[in-house]
Amino acid sequence: MKAKVHVMLKEGVLDPQGEAVRHALGAMGFEGVKGVRQGKVIELDLADGTGEAQVREMCEKLLANTVIESYRVEMG
Amino acid sequence: MKAAVIVFPGSNCDRDLAVAFRGAGIDVEMVWHKDTDLPKGTDLVGVPGGFSFGDYLRCGAIAARSPITKALVSHAERGGYVLGICNGFQVLTETGLLPGALMRNAGLKFICRTVPLKVETTRSAFTEGYSAGQTVHFPIAHHDGNYAAGPELLAELRGEDRVAFTYATPVNGSEGDIAGVLSANRRVLGLMPHPERAVDTIHTSQDGAVLFSALAGALADA
Repeated sequence: MKAKVHVMLKEGVLDPQGEAVRHALGAMGFEGVKGVRQGKVIELDLADGTGEAQVREMCEKLLANTVIESYRVEMG
Repeated sequence: MKAAVIVFPGSNCDRDLAVAFRGAGIDVEMVWHKDTDLPKGTDLVGVPGGFSFGDYLRCGAIAARSPITKALVSHAERGGYVLGICNGFQVLTETGLLPGALMRNAGLKFICRTVPLKVETTRSAFTEGYSAGQTVHFPIAHHDGNYAAGPELLAELRGEDRVAFTYATPVNGSEGDIAGVLSANRRVLGLMPHPERAVDTIHTSQDGAVLFSALAGALADA
């Protein structure tokens, strides 16, 4: 079983890297981009019996800093 | 009075911090991150700067889950003193001992220079040697020092007089130009600038020496 964890900065938290990417896209002539948010994807290869509840606990305790980041777990 | 300086893989200011503590008359023992206990009689724990665990995942995130960190948190919860500098500040926010988070600098660049700071409060063992509003110069060297707090936390920190230092001019995008904050019991200080790099006559500034001597004084009185 695999799990994919998507970690993003929370709405309202300024994302300087995403903003730099947006600027670069604009400079390259891609004018149809209103905003960019940059996050990360963490793939977990789970042992049998490790379920979503445990993955969420991993997110809370390590994978995301819930002060500034939100996360989404995708199982399978 | 005794300090323990924690060494993580990738710490690189641990020995500088030990030199600064010893210069103020504090005994120092270095503690490896895999240790589970602090040395007996530890009054103060130093969490040094550097790039613990290569800044993997988030700065300080892995270090905050190291075996020694449980002992560090218990020490703080017992009312022990903790000083976290640069990566050490990031580790302290990751453990939850200090609020907020440190994000990538607003200008996206690693910044390495000596900056003027304003002493915001003298009500702590770390800052009581300064005068309120005094300008001091400490070097900074960080990529992720952009302090994120949010309006509620910012108001709480200011209301409780827990902002220890601010940048005299904006440096990295930190909210309220915050450079260092204190815990609610005022015994845990985290700051991005490096006071331990401003203690010796060969350093460009000696303003950090006051912090270490004040801390040594508080420990001697305790």
